Amino acid sequence: MSAAFREALALLPDYLGQHLMLSVAAILLGTAISLPLAVAAVRLRRLRGPLLALASIVQTIPALALLALFYPLLLALSLITRDLFGVGVPALGWLPALLALTLYSMLPVLRNTVTALTGIDPAVLMAARGVGMTSRQSLLLVEIPLAAPVIVAGIRTASVWVVGTATLSTPIGQTSLGNYIFTGLQTENWVFVLFGCVSAALLALLLDGLLALAASGLAQRARWRIALAGAGLAALIAAALVPALAVPGQTIIVGAKNFPEQYILADLIAARLNQAGLAASQKSDLGSHIAFRALAANDLDVYVDYSGTLWANQMHRADMPGREAMLAQLGAWLQKEHAIEMLGPLGFENAYVFAMRADRARALHIESLADLADHPGALKIGGDFEIFSRPEWQSVVKAYGVSFAVQRQYQPDFLYHAVADGDVDVISAFSSDGRIALYNLKILSDPRAALPPYDAVLLLGPRHADLLRPALKPLAGAISLAAMQQANLMVARPADKKTPAEAAAWLAGVVASARPGR
Amino acid sequence: MIELLSVSKSYAGAAVVAEVSLTIAAREFLVLIGPSGCGKTTTLNMINRLVEPSAGTIRIDGEDISGIDPVRLRRRIGYVFQEAGLFSHMTVGENVGITPRLEGWDAKEIARRVEELLALVQLPGMAARWPCELSGGQRQRVALARALAARPGIMLLDEPFGALDPLTRDGLADDYRRIHDALGLTTVMVTHDMTEALLLADRIAMMRAGRLVQIGTGRELMAHPADDFVSDMLATPRRRAGRLADFLAAP
Repeated sequence: MSAAFREALALLPDYLGQHLMLSVAAILLGTAISLPLAVAAVRLRRLRGPLLALASIVQTIPALALLALFYPLLLALSLITRDLFGVGVPALGWLPALLALTLYSMLPVLRNTVTALTGIDPAVLMAARGVGMTSRQSLLLVEIPLAAPVIVAGIRTASVWVVGTATLSTPIGQTSLGNYIFTGLQTENWVFVLFGCVSAALLALLLDGLLALAASGLAQRARWRIALAGAGLAALIAAALVPALAVPGQTIIVGAKNFPEQYILADLIAARLNQAGLAASQKSDLGSHIAFRALAANDLDVYVDYSGTLWANQMHRADMPGREAMLAQLGAWLQKEHAIEMLGPLGFENAYVFAMRADRARALHIESLADLADHPGALKIGGDFEIFSRPEWQSVVKAYGVSFAVQRQYQPDFLYHAVADGDVDVISAFSSDGRIALYNLKILSDPRAALPPYDAVLLLGPRHADLLRPALKPLAGAISLAAMQQANLMVARPADKKTPAEAAAWLAGVVASARPGR
Repeated sequence: MIELLSVSKSYAGAAVVAEVSLTIAAREFLVLIGPSGCGKTTTLNMINRLVEPSAGTIRIDGEDISGIDPVRLRRRIGYVFQEAGLFSHMTVGENVGITPRLEGWDAKEIARRVEELLALVQLPGMAARWPCELSGGQRQRVALARALAARPGIMLLDEPFGALDPLTRDGLADDYRRIHDALGLTTVMVTHDMTEALLLADRIAMMRAGRLVQIGTGRELMAHPADDFVSDMLATPRRRAGRLADFLAAP
């Protein structure tokens, strides 16, 4: 418990700094765009309706979807700019997160500013003209100062929203306080989840309080209050910039998808890189597709993927040429199409499998995927967020003609609880997952080979491949299935739970002892 | 001197002011009077181009004001609004000093002028107060000081004492007449109170339904009302004056 807390605290400067920098930038940018737009909308009545409607529509898009949408958008933009100027636009991380949060912050500022400006007493506007103000002077000296309290209230609302929503930028590769929440959810580390929630909430309250203080200070011309709020905001911004400045120029970015094994492997890779004198940072909780695209676009430098995943989802192959031929073809294809280097398999397989509670499988006489077809439309299946839209699932449905009464999606972590508690009968699982043994699950065999092999492979992006190869080569073939399962279980088990970093350290020891000559 | 030559204003085809012609001499105190909606405020607002005439010409000291930049014009003319129209986010001093500030005076000069004006309207040392801390009469005095700040030759007053209690109203009206005389101002004031008009004005211009019905001194109007409307308007103050005289004469 206290180990998890200490680990969370150690990560705080990085997570908080990045979270704060992103939030402050989005609020400033959103306000800088919204204020002139709102003024224009007040002066040009025709603009008002469409503008507010547009901002409202943006607000109705779930924040996570809005963040996710910027990824393909920027990817397409990147292709265009690469063609035109030879320079791509980063589609992952800082930029999409900033743009989405900026859009998200605009509605409260726009709406409050328009409401406040249109609500000013016409007699006051008349007086402003009467004393000889130009319309610009009237705006700056009278209308905006009078509307200021309501405008600031809008900015405060936007700040609270943005600080909260910024936690969702983790899955698109931007480090934030959301890393605690997403990682904590995957590893059932509730200290992490709470730590993330509480720190984001405190940050939102702090920012809101400082803005309120600044606003009341300005309204009542209380100098010490303005000074205090200004100092507080300046300190926050400085705190946000410190970790960004501390990061050295060349940092290797290690990617991780959104399940514990990936966190452990990313920690293992990062630790090896640090030993080799390379600075490494991590982007975790990425979807499979996003991680691959990011590697090809140099937004990531290294991550672990699985041969079958790439075979079906990137190469769009449905045939099964056999393990060795598949790895050879995959390596050649990656090099040719994306300049990605496949640094050999790590030595274990983490296959997509389907699993049931052992007692339930026995009672229904189910041993294999083929046996599921004997219960058409009768059983409930749960999957992670990807499986039902992946070609592997189509392949299983085609090969075995299975159908289910209910099909649900869960966070990978909750899948195991769902099947253990009987909410669903069958789940998609990963063969290297320690929880298969923990929950006494039976893996259904695949007699018709509908699912490809899923050898874990280390992928190096084009940018720093030469730097990474010597440091990471020793990992190839060095991790056995038993070792990976053990490491996964250390993170997953409720008793004597370890953090991914601790499991990675243990795994590093196994790798070292397996190669005593090194 | 202010000249209005066949000035009209219509909104969406309906005439609010129709063919009004009148001349206001330098240093004259003219009151525009008439029932609600007769076009008197619109007429007043056309003099500093808060409202643009639909037809006709207005000249100030012989110069057609349609050729003067409206912002410059308004800074030359003091204006006092019905409900004071003070800026609630500015102090009394900042309100009074606004036109000089727009004109680019330096801060010391503005501060001196503000104190001078606050003394003139009998609110000395109130510069640091906020408008919300003042009574209605005090607010109207601040509005008066604000209108006078940039040393205008012409003052436009739109029912400046309308919302005040009778005692405050009387005191303020007398004070203003004294200021008018002392500074040699040309004043055009809108009111609907005939007694006030009779007691303050050099001449009274009567309006009805957008038209100028009669213009003259109070005595001239009393002696030779142009029509029943004018005599009806004058009947109330006359009757009240009679009753008051009886009341005061009684033992």
